[in-house]
Amino acid sequence: MTKEEVEAIAHLARLHLEPDEIERMRGELAAILEHFGALAAADTEGVAPMTHAVPMDLRLRPDVVAPSLPVQDAVGGAPEKAGELFVVPAVIT
Amino acid sequence: MIEWLGVGETARRIASGETRAIDVTEAFLARIAALDGKVGAYLAVAGDTARMQAEGIDRMRANNVPLPALAGVPIALKDVLVTRGLATTAASKILAGWIPPYDATVVEKLHAAGAIVLGKLNCDEFAMGSSTENSAYHKTHNPWDLARVPGGSSGGSSAAVAAGLCAASLGTDTGGSIRQPAALCGVVGVKPTYGRVSRHGVVAFASSLDQVGPLARTVGDAALVLETIAGFDPRDSTSLDAPVPKYRDALVGDIRGLRVGLPHEYFAADLDADVRAALERTKQALADRGAELIEIALPHTHLALPAYYLVAPAEASSNLARYDGVRYGARAEAGSLIEMYERSRGAGFGAEVKRRIMLGTYALRSGYYDQYYKKAQQVRALIKRDFDKAFQHVDVILTPTTPAPAFPFGAKSSPLDMYLADVFTLSCNLAGLPGASVPCGLTPGGLPIGAQLLGKALDEPTLLRAAAAIEAAVGLGDARPRGLPS
Amino acid sequence: MSAEDWEPVIGLEVHVQLATQSKAFSPSATRFGEPPNSLTDPLVLGLPGTLPVFNRRALELALVLGVATGSKIRARSRFARKHYFYPDLPKGYQISQYDEPLCEDGHLDVIVAGAVKRVKLQRIHLEEDAGKSMHAGNVSHVDLNRAGVPLVEVVTAPELSSAEEAAELMRSLHRLVRWLDISEADMEKGQMRCDANVSIRRRGEDRLGTRTELKNINSFRFVQAAVEHEIARQARILDEGGRIVQETRLWDADVGASAAMRSKEQAEDYRYFPDPDLPPLVVDGATMGGILRGLPELPSVRFERYVREGLSPDDARTLVGERALAEYFDATVKVHPGERSARTIANWLLTELLGALNADGKSIAESPLQPAQLSELVLLVEDGTISGKIGKDVFAETYQTGGSPRAIVEAKGLQQISDEATLTAIVDRVIAANPKQVEGYRGGKDGLFGFFVGQVMKETQGRANPVMTSDLLHKRLGR
Ligand SMILES: [Mg+2]
Ligand SMILES: [Zn+2]
Repeated sequence: MTKEEVEAIAHLARLHLEPDEIERMRGELAAILEHFGALAAADTEGVAPMTHAVPMDLRLRPDVVAPSLPVQDAVGGAPEKAGELFVVPAVIT
Repeated sequence: MIEWLGVGETARRIASGETRAIDVTEAFLARIAALDGKVGAYLAVAGDTARMQAEGIDRMRANNVPLPALAGVPIALKDVLVTRGLATTAASKILAGWIPPYDATVVEKLHAAGAIVLGKLNCDEFAMGSSTENSAYHKTHNPWDLARVPGGSSGGSSAAVAAGLCAASLGTDTGGSIRQPAALCGVVGVKPTYGRVSRHGVVAFASSLDQVGPLARTVGDAALVLETIAGFDPRDSTSLDAPVPKYRDALVGDIRGLRVGLPHEYFAADLDADVRAALERTKQALADRGAELIEIALPHTHLALPAYYLVAPAEASSNLARYDGVRYGARAEAGSLIEMYERSRGAGFGAEVKRRIMLGTYALRSGYYDQYYKKAQQVRALIKRDFDKAFQHVDVILTPTTPAPAFPFGAKSSPLDMYLADVFTLSCNLAGLPGASVPCGLTPGGLPIGAQLLGKALDEPTLLRAAAAIEAAVGLGDARPRGLPS
Repeated sequence: MSAEDWEPVIGLEVHVQLATQSKAFSPSATRFGEPPNSLTDPLVLGLPGTLPVFNRRALELALVLGVATGSKIRARSRFARKHYFYPDLPKGYQISQYDEPLCEDGHLDVIVAGAVKRVKLQRIHLEEDAGKSMHAGNVSHVDLNRAGVPLVEVVTAPELSSAEEAAELMRSLHRLVRWLDISEADMEKGQMRCDANVSIRRRGEDRLGTRTELKNINSFRFVQAAVEHEIARQARILDEGGRIVQETRLWDADVGASAAMRSKEQAEDYRYFPDPDLPPLVVDGATMGGILRGLPELPSVRFERYVREGLSPDDARTLVGERALAEYFDATVKVHPGERSARTIANWLLTELLGALNADGKSIAESPLQPAQLSELVLLVEDGTISGKIGKDVFAETYQTGGSPRAIVEAKGLQQISDEATLTAIVDRVIAANPKQVEGYRGGKDGLFGFFVGQVMKETQGRANPVMTSDLLHKRLGR
């Protein structure tokens, strides 16, 4: 695993890493992934991936409205807000 | 001492009028005030609301209102369980200051059962870890040896119960996070079948693995709490719609004919000698009481660790994407949106959480998905198959809960070393099965050892029956943690 | 090369809001135009510990669209998480469907230049909408009212070959989802939006050119304009020897041009994986049975029926343009079955009634005239009780007062005069009273015939049977 790869993944995950963190992460991830090499050897031909711990079908809920959170509860915990709106640094498209 | 009475006896005394709920709560609050400085189990103590709840119970009794099952019993919650009006942090800086507007289903159920919520317990940040050293706030000490870890991630939950700082607690278990700390702190911990207990209001770590369960000083108490929190919840799409048995009724003490599987993969040469000896005594005790011991094989066991450490981080990287500094939690100063995200998350998450987010992001990238995530989920199916085969011949499986007893702070120097502390508990979550850890003795040095039992899906009754037999035969009895006043 | 040498290849991804009361995975309301952040719940806000539970109505509406487009319905489909960071995406991922969508291999017909073209729909999948970010200088504001609203994304095969076809496909889909009550599809409210993938290639070439994606097009007019503009832009670049960059472009309707958004070459990696919070979505026989039983006659089927029943294709197309209009028409036909021609009813409905409603700014649902009244009016005209001209007056009065056409005709004595003796007497009176004109007409001034008809109509307040009047005049005037 290269430094650039670590940086690319960190960017994808929107994680700021200090230079020393990047270097440490590079070594740790490489060691962990190496340990996981055993998986590649497992014969999984024709085995369906197990995405849920217990097999079940999706249950559906009726289309019934419940009261919304009061606006002050919805935005009350926000680090920055303007009236009823959340505020973030400008979204640049 | 009121603090050691346990769940069932406390509830009985309050119901009968022998003891007032407020006196019980005050006793626990006083003990927390006196001792938690040494243990560090609590992140927040909810003294005022606990007293109000206790007084409410006493009023109910005074007015001859029938009391629910856990009326007046002080219980504490791992801080990944969402509590309305009570700060919930998941032991992370990124959630500092967040006051939830709703209660987790398990919290609602505890309230409905009359339990008193004493406060929120420390854990590894976002339940990622095996020692509670990853809490962003403080360390939790093992009451049996304050220089050692309580295990994790539910280390506050196990330490609080072991130290008599609550009658019982709730933890969560994604790869052993209830059973491993229970083992290291000498208490009983139960990880129910996936879907048995609602995940609604449980701060998600790995959604397909997480389960809430009880930690208590006896199997009976654990059964009582499990009965209270289990059951179908329409707010959780993965909740199982199956009736909840009276778990206490399973604790009959008779295990004659019970087929106990012993997977040789869990008794390898490098197993700690004290742990091995304790497990031998446990096997013997079960055999003496009429259980049939059967050698079994779980051949994919060695793949559980790599499969788990791909599946869990992958899901975690997704579940933790919501912590972005926009709607709640901490935000770092930044000039641009991207910088705001990266700085908030970089500063808000600790090292282990970042490591898992990185690992999970790595595994889910397009082009790598089949090689990592999908492969791990296929291996997971193989591990499940191993169990399905074994359970054709046995009723319950017995293993050590951990490879070794509690380790000193800082002992696990690399992430991989720490991951290996969970090596016996991961398969259970991958397969969605119920598991429990029950104390089965002390090392010569006085550290608790846990025996792990694994059961068939939804067969918690058999699991608890076997656990109660171990407790009766080789449990800790009245032994109390050293270094703390009893 | 000239523009005709380039063949456009266009595929659309259309998002349509499903007409549910509550959100896709949680119970807050889906209303439009409420104060910001007033329609949220813990899940919509992406609070820790929240879990999604899927809305049955959203599934049913998507299934109706799947069946109506002849799609294959997957018995077990799956929700997946699509990850990207954006302030209006609270969980950091959108719950969508990825490699196991609900519907595949459907089709939708579009009519361009009188010819029907069947366009393949690759897939129709379920997902949740994001919230809204609004720019305000160096910050953006976020409103999550729309977050979590259920959508279907309809993805066509890249087989549309003009901007006009693209716009027609949108119209056809719009008509269909409104017809089926799947969505109000009000484009001004963002209930139907479209992204277009556009590439061009030399005519005769098999290989597809590099495509660009035009984002968030929210009117039929803009589809046409944006795609036309993009085709021309690409042709100009290729004509000048340049190459097309694969990118996302945002259509700016005010400027009438698009601008590049972000390069797809450093494509976002959405890290899709099956949502562990949501087990497989299973469509069972009972659910499918309910959908099939509840399915109304589709517009294309009804169009063919109308043409079979004698309507002109134009009238038939207009009628199936709106479910309420077609239902009004059918209801009118049903009042006096078999007694009037469908064609005449369509005429009165589309010309007189729609004309009056348009003038009043009313929809067919708000028509003061009920199908029974329209039917009675047409019957009075067709059986000769009143003339067509009088019919228009009766229509106007019925429309205003809401009365019965027959009662109006009777009260005002508006019945057509078709009695030969009565008419003959009137004709003779007119001839006797206008000797000069009679002389002129008989002398060869054909144009004077209309004068006599007019006089008869004046005598009868327009009630004289026009055909008989004409016959009698010819007979009595001698030519
Ligand atoms: Mg799309
Ligand atoms: Zn979409």
